[in-house]
Amino acid sequence: MRQIFSIEALELKANEIRQDIIKMLEEAQSGHPGGSLGQADIYTALYFNIMKHDPHNPDWDERDILIQSNGHTCPVRYATMAHAGYFDRKELMTLRKFGSRLQGHPERTKLPGLENTSGPLGSGLSQAAGMALALRMNKQQHRWVYVTVGDGELDEGNNWEAIMFASKYKLTNMIVIVDRNNIQIDGPTEVVMPLEDLRGKWESFGWHVLEIDGNDIEAVIDAVEMAKAIVEKPVVIIAHTIPGKGVDFMEYDFHWHGVAPNHEQAKLALKEIHTLRGKINQEHD
Amino acid sequence: MAHHLYVVEDVRAADLKKESIRDGFGRGLVEAGKRYDQVVAICADLTDSTKISMFAEAFPDRFVEAGIAEQDITTVGSGMAAMGKIPFVSSYAAFCPGRTWEQIRTTICLNDQPVKIIGSHAGLYTSPDGATHQALEDITLMRVLPNMVVLVPCDSVEAEKMAPLMAADKRPNYVRLARGASPILTMPETPFEIGPAYIFREGHDITLVATGTMTYQALVAADMLAKDGVQAEVIHVPTIKPLDEKTILESVRKTGAVVVAEEGQIAGGLGGAVAELLGEHYPVPVKRIGVRDKFGESAQNPEELLKHFGLDAPHIAMAAHETLSRRRD
Repeated sequence: MRQIFSIEALELKANEIRQDIIKMLEEAQSGHPGGSLGQADIYTALYFNIMKHDPHNPDWDERDILIQSNGHTCPVRYATMAHAGYFDRKELMTLRKFGSRLQGHPERTKLPGLENTSGPLGSGLSQAAGMALALRMNKQQHRWVYVTVGDGELDEGNNWEAIMFASKYKLTNMIVIVDRNNIQIDGPTEVVMPLEDLRGKWESFGWHVLEIDGNDIEAVIDAVEMAKAIVEKPVVIIAHTIPGKGVDFMEYDFHWHGVAPNHEQAKLALKEIHTLRGKINQEHD
Repeated sequence: MAHHLYVVEDVRAADLKKESIRDGFGRGLVEAGKRYDQVVAICADLTDSTKISMFAEAFPDRFVEAGIAEQDITTVGSGMAAMGKIPFVSSYAAFCPGRTWEQIRTTICLNDQPVKIIGSHAGLYTSPDGATHQALEDITLMRVLPNMVVLVPCDSVEAEKMAPLMAADKRPNYVRLARGASPILTMPETPFEIGPAYIFREGHDITLVATGTMTYQALVAADMLAKDGVQAEVIHVPTIKPLDEKTILESVRKTGAVVVAEEGQIAGGLGGAVAELLGEHYPVPVKRIGVRDKFGESAQNPEELLKHFGLDAPHIAMAAHETLSRRRD
């Protein structure tokens, strides 16, 4: 894969990915912008800097694994995979359409490079744990298993079974990234079903917890580096993200969890992403 | 006439041996472990009662204990399969697949991972434990899932053969096991493969289709029917999905009447599968034997329950007479 080392270049890449997410969702007229935009920096960091993978050989038996437990945010994964070279970006416009490999929720058997089928929430962490354990048994613990989990998804009991399991088996070859954006479909997580003290919960289950700004690509890369150095316990990175990140009228608003922008909204969103906080050069046009 | 190659000569012999089907499967899983290095077993605090203990003892490094967490064993199994393992995931059928149907659907069937789900203590043979533990719905739950293979052995000898073949099969599998001791019908040399239905007794008047412990009851019923001058053909169906339609249709074209017997809910199980098949391809009178939209209950021995719910051999024989009376000759 083409690894990008410059943080500025990674930020530019995340910005391009955000634009594609808006275009895909506008074209599909359904889907989940909030978490997809919010995780663009995490997915960019994973695919363009952190993970060992080969877009031209998705089944490479030395690749790192990325499990997406929060399958509804697949637009960010699809867009990042297209940018990484798994398939042509034009295919992004087939999202959620008949015959597409880009199903509304990701299906492993449809698209090479996907490692799991998800959408029904709460089961990615335990699949990742199974993979990490199997890799250790296969003497392949040098391969890393990453898993992104939504915060609202932590309401599901299956997660906590897996959190105990990974702790028992000391699965230090897996790294969990929680997309802590504080929203879920019905409202703020702390109203729907309070998760706090989230750090304390993971710690009491025997995990090492790192907390970062999940929209800071450098922080994501640094946290994963640190996680790899911790060999006593499995590590979770609680990545605080802004849902709808990059689009002013979507940010922090749970109503944008699962609604696609119309044409006017998409136009506005694209314009905003393009000039994000003045960080992005205008000549990038 | 009993098929001498397939089953014991006299199913009503007083000295007919009995053994729990789960014991046979436990031995078979050890054999599967010997044949394939990638076989692993994942258990949810029921290692001994599901007889996975034999595997755990033989291969401690390939045994995984997840505690009382059925959703976890199911999905950990999916992950291990994705990394090349052949996971046998084991609990009571009431809990897995009972509690874990969605995880099986999404992470095993739709995700197409060759996880092997062992549902022990299924059916009325879980007699003393009562309705909570007597899974009667598992066959139906697993039958509706695309990609899933559904297996129900008739005795411990067949269950022992089944485990290594499941390990070699590339699809998701569900196998239903029973707790209590049940009669041993088959022999080590009796053929078994995943897929075919087996004619355990030949006859031309009526077809009795059965699975699991009910295959024994069907053979006894056939014996009783013979005394009344009715020659019943008994087909044992260890693979409920995919169904061996050819063997069943060939028999029914000859006999023109069918009784289907299973130790589970009447809706959507083997009886449902056979009725669907015949309804589409060769409509003839069919009578389904099973638990009729009721839950089980505690009893000291399974025979009491089989009798109470109308599943034992005399009920099958009665059903056969009734079905024959409806046949248009």
